[in-house]
Order: sequence, then C-alpha cells, then structure tokens
Amino acid sequence: MTFLFYMLSAIMIISALLVVFSTNPINSVIYLIICFIAMAGHYILLNAQFLAVVHIIVYTGAIMVLFLFVIMLLNLNKAIIPQKSQLTRISAVVTGGLFFLVVLAATRQTFEIQARYPFTGDIGLVKEVGKALFHEFLLPFEMSSVLFISAMVGAVMFGKKDN
Amino acid sequence: MKEISSAIQIIPLDSYIMLSVALFSIGLMGVLFRRNIIAVLMCLELMFNSANLLLTAFSSYHSDPSGQVFVFFIMIVAAAEVAVGLSIVVMMKRNVESVDINLLNRLKW
Repeated sequence: MTFLFYMLSAIMIISALLVVFSTNPINSVIYLIICFIAMAGHYILLNAQFLAVVHIIVYTGAIMVLFLFVIMLLNLNKAIIPQKSQLTRISAVVTGGLFFLVVLAATRQTFEIQARYPFTGDIGLVKEVGKALFHEFLLPFEMSSVLFISAMVGAVMFGKKDN
Repeated sequence: MKEISSAIQIIPLDSYIMLSVALFSIGLMGVLFRRNIIAVLMCLELMFNSANLLLTAFSSYHSDPSGQVFVFFIMIVAAAEVAVGLSIVVMMKRNVESVDINLLNRLKW
C-alpha cells in the first residue's frame, strides 16, 4: 500500500509539473486530467470513496470537458502566446520552491494528529458523508444552490454580446 | 479491499501534508509562470485540489466526516468559479482577440 501511495504521488507531481511546463493548452488539460485521476486514487486510499466518485464526475467529467470545450471553441490549440521573460520564469520557479520549503518547515513542527474516534474504514461512505451533509451542513448545502444560480447568471451575463 | 481500507494506518499523515504542499507550490509556480489565461485557471484548479486533498487526509485521520463535506463544498465553489472564469475568457477573446494575460495589465495599477 505504501508503494501505491508513492506511485500515485509520483504520477500526480510529474503530471502537475507537465501542466505548468507544456506549451500547448490541450496537453496541459490532458495532464491535468491524469493528475485528477491519480488524486481520485488518493481519495480511495484515504477511504473517501464518495469523494473519489464525485471528484471523477465533477472534475474530469465536467470541469475539464468545459476547459477542453472552451479551448476548441476559441481555437486556442496552437501555442501562439509567447512565454514570459526568462527572469520572470526563473523567479516564478524560485518562488514556488521557496514557498514549498517554508510551508514544509512550518508544518514539520506540528504535533501528531490524534484520532478523535477509533479508526473505521467507512468514514467516507455515502451514508456517513450524507448524514453530516444533511444534518449539520444542511443550510450551507442549500445556500450553495444560490451560489450556483448566481454563477450561472454571471456566466450568461459575461457571455452575452453587448450591443 | 481490506488492505486498501486500512492503508491510512500505515502511511503517515506527514506524507500527505508534503504531497499537498508540493502540489500547491506547483500551482503557485504555474500561476506566476504562464501567460495563457486558461493555463492560469488550470493551475488555480491544482491549488484548489491540493487543499481538497489535505482536508480529506485530515478528515480521514481524524475519523470525522465533516472535512469531507467541506471538500464537497469546495468542489461546488470550484465548479462555479470555472464557469465564471471561462466565460470571462470567452469575453476576453472576443474583445481583445487574445488570451494573453499581459494584455490586461491595465488592471494592475
């Protein structure tokens, strides 16, 4: 199982780096899909089966298809946009690396997490997540529909041709 | 199946923290690195997902499903954000005939 964890992590890190460094947007989307599928594998390893399924459906099924759709619609599948200047790119990489080191150094000082309840494997099943979602978090769940409505109205507003 | 459901008893939580911090820094690097606005949005998705992974890891190690509900809400917010962001991309392509973020630098000052 440790081997599975390291393999999924390696796939995720490598494909995330390829998302950043590939110049063609279509390739970036494909690598991001690979990264998200590996992340669904991580969710299954973490006993979050419901989230794994939702992640596959929402991210790789809806969001990435939306990205691909926009890229195809706007005919952006050629790498026509020039890259940033050498200095900016190097400083971006240095910033990312320094951020990684700083946050890692900060989290190394944390305490060991103690489980509140004894370990069970069915925390992430639909039953448990649904109980939490519809008892404690019912109001935020309903409010998220308002968020969706406003996002939809905003998208239509932006997409409209002004005359 | 039994081995998979007990895998988190073997893997330490530090590995998940390290992994999601690495993903977050890659996303941050990508936002600063790319000029294509669609690539910048994809790197934002990477950063969202590193936060999701860390929330799920803490929730599973803490045996508390509330964290997974938060991940669910983050997915909802990400879907709304992508819908609005991509319509902004379409509008930008229509108005300035490009998806280069350096053309929008008048918003910077």
